Amino acid sequence: MARTVWDSTVGKKAVMAVSGLIMLLYLIAHMIGNLKIFFGAGEFDHYAHWLRTVGEPFMHYEWTLWLIRVVLAAAVVAHAVSAYQLSRLDLRARPRTYVHKRPRAGYATRTMRWGGVILGLFLVWHLLDLTAGTVHPGTFRPGHPYRNVVSDFSHWYSNVVYIAAMLALGLHIRHGFWSAAQTLGAGSRTRDRALKTVANVLALLLTAGFVAVPVGVMTGVVS
Amino acid sequence: MKLTLRVWRQKNAGAEGHMSTYEVDGISPDMSFLEMLDTLNERLILQGEEPVAFDHDCREGICGACSLVINGEAHGPERTTTCQLHMRSFEDGDVIDVEPWRAAAFPVIKDLVVDRSAFDRIIQAGGYITAPTGSAPEAHATPVPKADADYAFEHAECIGCGACVAACPNGAAMLFTSAKVNHLNVLPQGAPERETRVLDMVAQMDAEGFGGCTLTGECATACPKGIPLTSITHMNKEWLRATRKAARR
Repeated sequence: MARTVWDSTVGKKAVMAVSGLIMLLYLIAHMIGNLKIFFGAGEFDHYAHWLRTVGEPFMHYEWTLWLIRVVLAAAVVAHAVSAYQLSRLDLRARPRTYVHKRPRAGYATRTMRWGGVILGLFLVWHLLDLTAGTVHPGTFRPGHPYRNVVSDFSHWYSNVVYIAAMLALGLHIRHGFWSAAQTLGAGSRTRDRALKTVANVLALLLTAGFVAVPVGVMTGVVS
Repeated sequence: MKLTLRVWRQKNAGAEGHMSTYEVDGISPDMSFLEMLDTLNERLILQGEEPVAFDHDCREGICGACSLVINGEAHGPERTTTCQLHMRSFEDGDVIDVEPWRAAAFPVIKDLVVDRSAFDRIIQAGGYITAPTGSAPEAHATPVPKADADYAFEHAECIGCGACVAACPNGAAMLFTSAKVNHLNVLPQGAPERETRVLDMVAQMDAEGFGGCTLTGECATACPKGIPLTSITHMNKEWLRATRKAARR
C-alpha cells in the first residue's frame, strides 16, 4: 500500500495533505503557547519547562518533547520531499508555456512552492535562533525562553525575518488547508464555502497570533 | 471586422514552431471562431500557402475535437468550445493569439493540432463497464436514485476535449480522469469495477506524463461542459478508498 501511495501523484498529494495537517495542528498549539508571553516571564518560562515534563511519571524527562520533535521532523521531510518530486513532475508535464500570458489563480495558490521554500529556510533559522541559540542575536541563555525572545526581537532583522515568514505562512495555510481537504476527499459543493472560511480564519489567526509576539516586544508590551 | 491573428505554425511534430501574423478582413460577428479560421485558410490556399491545421469535427459543441488556446485561454474568452465561440466576443481591430494545447502528454502534430491519444489510453484503462452483450436490459431492472443519475450525467458531459489539461499550469489531466471515474463509479452498473477503475485510470494518467493537481481551479474554469472542481475531490476520495480496500485484500 505504501508503494501505491508513494508512486501515485494522487497518493503523494495525500502524503502532503496529512503531513501538512500534522504541522498545522502543531502550529496551533505552538501559537497558543507563544501567547503566554503576554502574561509575564513567570508563566511563559513555566510553560516552557512544563513542555519537558509532559507525561511524567509515565514518560521520562523530555521524552514527550522528543516524540513530538520526531513526528514533526518526519512530517517536514515527507511534505518537502513529496512537494519537490511533484513539482518536478508538474514542470516536466508543461515544458512549454503559452506565448499569450495571463494572470493565473490567486496569489496564495501561485506562491505555494516558493512560499514553502521560504518557510523551510525560516524553520532552520528559527531552530538555530531560539532552540539551539547558535544564530541568536545577543546572548542566548538556555532555560530562559522569555529573556531569549525579548533579546531576539530587540534586533530589527529578527523582526523582519520573523514577520515576513509568518505572512508567508498565512498564505501557505490559506491555500494549503483547503487543498488538503480536497486531496483527502473531504470537500464537497455544499462544504466548499465552510472549508474556505476555515482556511482563511486559520491563516489569519495563526499569522496574527505569531506576529503578536515580535510586535509586543517592539512596542514594549513585552520587555 | 478586421482582425490581426498571431497563429502558432509548426510544420510537424519534430519541427520548431513559431507564431505567424496574419491579417483577416471581412469577418462577420456572427461567424464562429472556426469559420473565421476557414476564411483565413481559404485565402492562404488561394495564395498558394499552407493552410493552418486545426482540429474540428461536429462544430456544435459536443464532439470535443476543437482545441485552441485563444489569448491564453483554452477555448477562448467564453465558457464554451472553440466551435461555439463567436466573433462577437471580440472587437474590431483586436489582436488574437491562437496556440495549441500545451502539455508534454499532448505533443503537437502540426500547427494547432495535438495528439490527445493519451486520453484514449486513460479511458481504455478503466472507463468502461462489464456488461453482457445482447438486447438492451429492461430499464427498471436496476433502479438508480435520481441524485446519482444526475451526478453521473453531470460527469458524463465531459467531451474529452482536453481544455482542462491545456489550462492547468501543471499539465494535469485530473479533471478529465475524475469526470470519467465519477461518471461510472456512482452508478450500480459501474460498481463491479469501482476500485480497479479509479486505481488503473489514475495509474495510466500518471504513466502518460500528465502533471499532478495543485488545485488552482484553472481546469474547472476552462471546462466548456462545467465539470466542477469537486469532481477531483471525489476522485481523490475514491482513490484513497480503493487503495485502502486493495491493502486489506
